[in-house]
Amino acid sequence: MALHQDHELHTRRWGRNLGVGLTLGAFIALVFGLTIAKVQRGDSMQAADHTYRPGLDPATQIVPEPAE
Amino acid sequence: MSDIQADIKAQNRIGEAGFGDYVQLLKPRVMSLVVFTALVGMVVAPVGLHPIEALTAIIFIALGGGASGALNMWWDADIDRVMKRTAKRPVPAGAVEAREALALGLALSGISVMMLGLATNWLAAGILAFTIFFYAVVYTMWLKRSTPQNIVIGGAAGAFPPMIGWVAATGSISLESVLMFTLVFMWTPPHFWALALFMNSDYSKAKVPMLTVTHGRKVTRTHILVYTIALIPVAIGAAFTSIGGPIYLGVALVLNALFLIGAWRIWRRPEAEAEGDKYRVERRFFALSLAYLFGHFAAFLIEVTPLANRFAASIGWSF
Repeated sequence: MALHQDHELHTRRWGRNLGVGLTLGAFIALVFGLTIAKVQRGDSMQAADHTYRPGLDPATQIVPEPAE
Repeated sequence: MSDIQADIKAQNRIGEAGFGDYVQLLKPRVMSLVVFTALVGMVVAPVGLHPIEALTAIIFIALGGGASGALNMWWDADIDRVMKRTAKRPVPAGAVEAREALALGLALSGISVMMLGLATNWLAAGILAFTIFFYAVVYTMWLKRSTPQNIVIGGAAGAFPPMIGWVAATGSISLESVLMFTLVFMWTPPHFWALALFMNSDYSKAKVPMLTVTHGRKVTRTHILVYTIALIPVAIGAAFTSIGGPIYLGVALVLNALFLIGAWRIWRRPEAEAEGDKYRVERRFFALSLAYLFGHFAAFLIEVTPLANRFAASIGWSF
């Protein structure tokens, strides 16, 4: 008896894998698009965003005078 | 028979789910209502969202609704199996295992709440989380099997999406969002009780204490009329807020008149007559209830168009 590659089970698995793949792809695209939208609008951000932060600059820190 | 074929046949008996089966777990028909009402809530809000943010919000509000549907199917698999209307759902049909439904429901709940919070604001995400909790725990696990008022209180879960849409855009809850919530909330009992009137045997078999089962059809008919009367001022009152207008008022007057006539006919009908024509009036009322909700929310959408604004200004509408 010939071995059928396109058994109904294979078709179903293929459909499921394709669905999961497309869903994940769409999710990545959405997160990417959302990130671009947020960055373009200049929403407040934290973490290492390569912008100058005076609060983190030691040169701008006020060091209290040592007590005599 | 080769070993591979034997293996394939063995696995077939286990019942491997297709992608569509997982989609069915999310109750796509309910999701379409969630998407529509949430979209309207977002569009009619006075603050606009970036299109990508709006798209993300709508997708994850819908997925949040879908997650609660999956949790509902996980918990209710035993009664879904008994009822004709729900017997073909993926879990009772054997396509998806109950624990898969639970896992999908929990995972999607977390993802949808987090993503809505990141895309818009955490108040909207909090209300979405509460909605999922309310539908899955308060309604499905507690009220549905314990009180004939199950769908009255549980209806709140279906009423939150327009409010979530509004809050996603504005960041706050206001009168308009409360009115949209109340409109769906008050609409739910007559809608579901009409369904229960002609699907009563299903609920009886599953021992779900629907009003038709515990108090009989006559009492249910009275309840439909009373809730319809209570719904009317909410539906028409929304016309005189910032989301309403003359076009909405016209639509609301027509739809509410039709809805009231339908509820009145249901109330007057003797049971023998309803059985005689296989609940024709009740089925029509159920179909009308879908058009009723769609019509009101479509009218909200129309009211934000420039044409509607010009029309309102031309007749001196000042609400």
